[in-house]
Amino acid sequence: MNHLLNIDLAAVDWARAQFALTAIYHWLFVPLTLGLAVVMGKMETLYYRTGQEFWKQTAKFWQKLFGINFAMGVATGLILEFEFGTNWSNYSYLVGDIFGAPLAVEGIVAFFMESTFVAVMFFGWNKVSKGFHLASTWLTGLGATISAWWILVANSWMQHPVGQAFNPDTMRNEMTSFAEVALSPVAVDKFVHTVLSAWVLGAVFVVGVSSWYLLKKRHTEFATKSLRVGAIFGLISSILIMISGHHSAYTVAQTQPMKLAAMEALYKGGTDQPLTIIAGINPFQQPDYETTDEPPLKLAVPYALSFLATNDMNGYVPGIRDILDGYTKADGTQEPSLAEKIERGRAAIAALAEIRKRNEELRVKNEEGLARRPEGESQFAAAMSDTATPNSHLEKDSSFFILHSSFEENMPYFGYGYVKDRDQVVPYIPVCFYAFRVMVGGGCLFMLLFILILAPTRGRWRSAVLWLAICCIPIAYIVSEAGWLVAEFGRQPWTIQDMLPTWVGVSQLGSSAVMTTFLLFLILFTTLLAVEISIMVRAIKEGPKGL
Amino acid sequence: MTYIFLQHYWCFVVALLAALLVFLMFVQGANTLIFSLGRTPDERRLIVNATGRKWEFTFTTLVTFGGAFFASYPLFYSTSFGGAYWLWMIILFSFVLQAVSYEFQNKLGNLLGTRTYQWLLVLNGILGPVLLGGAVATFFTGSNFIVEKGNIVNFQLSTFNSQLIISRWANASHGLDALLNPWNIVLGLAVFFLARILGCLYIHKQVEEGQLDNHQRIIRPLWTSTILFLGLFLAFLGHILTCEGYAVDPQTGVVFMEPYKYLHNLIVMWPLLVVLLIGVVFVLFGILWSLTHKEYRRGFWVVGFGTVVTVTVLLLLTAWNNTAYYPSTADLQSSLTMQNSCSSEFTLRTMFWVSLLIPFVLAYIIYAWRAIDKKKLTLDEINNDHAY
Repeated sequence: MNHLLNIDLAAVDWARAQFALTAIYHWLFVPLTLGLAVVMGKMETLYYRTGQEFWKQTAKFWQKLFGINFAMGVATGLILEFEFGTNWSNYSYLVGDIFGAPLAVEGIVAFFMESTFVAVMFFGWNKVSKGFHLASTWLTGLGATISAWWILVANSWMQHPVGQAFNPDTMRNEMTSFAEVALSPVAVDKFVHTVLSAWVLGAVFVVGVSSWYLLKKRHTEFATKSLRVGAIFGLISSILIMISGHHSAYTVAQTQPMKLAAMEALYKGGTDQPLTIIAGINPFQQPDYETTDEPPLKLAVPYALSFLATNDMNGYVPGIRDILDGYTKADGTQEPSLAEKIERGRAAIAALAEIRKRNEELRVKNEEGLARRPEGESQFAAAMSDTATPNSHLEKDSSFFILHSSFEENMPYFGYGYVKDRDQVVPYIPVCFYAFRVMVGGGCLFMLLFILILAPTRGRWRSAVLWLAICCIPIAYIVSEAGWLVAEFGRQPWTIQDMLPTWVGVSQLGSSAVMTTFLLFLILFTTLLAVEISIMVRAIKEGPKGL
Repeated sequence: MTYIFLQHYWCFVVALLAALLVFLMFVQGANTLIFSLGRTPDERRLIVNATGRKWEFTFTTLVTFGGAFFASYPLFYSTSFGGAYWLWMIILFSFVLQAVSYEFQNKLGNLLGTRTYQWLLVLNGILGPVLLGGAVATFFTGSNFIVEKGNIVNFQLSTFNSQLIISRWANASHGLDALLNPWNIVLGLAVFFLARILGCLYIHKQVEEGQLDNHQRIIRPLWTSTILFLGLFLAFLGHILTCEGYAVDPQTGVVFMEPYKYLHNLIVMWPLLVVLLIGVVFVLFGILWSLTHKEYRRGFWVVGFGTVVTVTVLLLLTAWNNTAYYPSTADLQSSLTMQNSCSSEFTLRTMFWVSLLIPFVLAYIIYAWRAIDKKKLTLDEINNDHAY
């Protein structure tokens, strides 16, 4: 269907690639910012309490690394915000009424806090009191964390749109409840899971860097104490993230069953579902989910998926084919098949087109003799209401009511109206499947690492543990990015779940224009990443001053 | 609070944020002077560190401006950013380069060398103000786009053969056409020279006298920037007060050309005229007093205040009093007005309550700013304390 939509499909893919590139680069810097914020806050608190110069220099060292990392996070974040407008123009208009709000709140409430106090943290050591400086360090981290909250609220809304309704007069979705958007359970889950994952990454970083000093027998007191702070912080975060991970999976099962089915490569679902540990899925090809029941070489834990998805060992988990063909949910209600959703989506689009046409006729009639209502004020709603006296001859047109009810009834499937084929609504399974396993496997590895670090090991064993800690630094980044791959690949093709597929959300740009900016960003970000790593490595080699 | 009030209020907030952004581009202005004011590597480092303590404010204001505009006028966001693609992309690119250049330039292992990063700061110092100024000028001069909100449903379901995108640019240049209009360039350059003026005054205020022979060195760029700024700004002001403007009929929503529209706006909304004159007087007084009084260091604040109020008023002239603030030259009726492009009443009202936090945010920014600026910047501090 896409090629008939008069949209340059390559431009859609390039726009997706550009957003993914920026988001992936952005996420290389943000988790360390969030994670180090807690570590350096803790260390400066120890300085504030004990007055020992040791803790001041320790805090300053981690703050220096924080600063190198911070600039890149800020730079890539700016691009992300504006890319909604530049590359996803239809998206920005259709949901800007809801989606813009958390971005604005983030700027006003969080980002200013972060950027104001980060300046005091860096330049204020000899200018402000110890207490004010300590407060600034914590406020920098708090600002970054609140910032994450609002951005994740925005992201969660795309995954699970709540608190809005479509207004046919303005032809867009409009917010009906700020509380529902800001406190959506999906947002709460996502925030907790994401921030904890950032803390784990920060802890792995601190532990890894400290291990390197210990192996080199440099700055041993600094490294031993940092190692301990990092490992305790990491272990606590790791335990919490397991709990939050289970909760997140449960929420995904309720709100985005297709994502869960893709993560699990569950082609045909049912009750008593096992959780796949590993299976033989070709990473470069979408598997045949239509005719096979499960991937080859599947190794699984019995009942575990049912428990994960429904909190019941025997619970029903729909597979990809079940979702495409329709199934009965746990509460007894029927989930429509894709064919029905497409039909209802098209009915919603047709009803909306008719409503718009009638609104236009109304407007013309009004202009001819009656005062026109300015756009933005709901003409349709006004025509429907009992108080809209000037148009009373039109108000009682019962076909308006039928049209409106048809629209309201079918609106939940609006986005499906732009879908033609079954394969369009199935995410790319290999990425979801493997990224999920990398994320969970990595999380377990880090927990083991923190336990080993805190365990009383000696000699060769100790060296092995310290080497493992160093190796875990790059792994932590891969694991962290894998988490986002699951979240974002898993919801394809929806920019907003069930409401707006990617090919309807884009800007009117040629693929060559977006490809050019993609390549420019790729070169720019990669160069800057190389510089950042180079500077970071030098700063680590140089070590903390005077310790 | 009526819907109409909220539309005006949010227009004011966005205009104020844009005006604060213009003021905070003193960072960019000063950065264009790195190599002319700083004659030795140490002196250049002094200038970079002087602006380096403030760049985050400019950057954060840009982000907040984007977020606030998105939340309150989403149709502008989707039309301008998606349409004038190249213009915005160049602006964003230059700000990315700026953000990292401070942190990276004097660090060991930075691969590209100090001077490269300093030249990137100069590049952002030129491109940022010129292009943002040019983009602001399009609020008066118009842009080449078409908006049709019905596009997402106005297609044949049987064939799916239609145009789905709501906002489209009417030519292939995607925003670069703005640079072909001389008046956009005039305002872009005016903003650039204003940023340089503010940059000179900031360096004069911030760096300990004697470290750079501040006053002696800033005199020349300050004079030239002032003369060029005044020439360009007055030409632009003269142009907009005499040109046709984009008016909108509040009853029908129809956009039409009205002679002397912006002059009429100033006369009808006379308090804005008073504020504009006060702003201009502050700017002129601040510059002239700084030029003639060596010890006077408050010029930065005086000119800064004048800049904020002047730019706020100029932007309000494009939107308040039934004016189309983002006019389309391709299709007059596609022009964006406060009414046809704003968010719903619910969202504007919700965000109104959030915006009440802004004074609190400003208060802690001022507090932190003063705490850091208590001591003038010296080379000694750069060598012995945290510095870029």
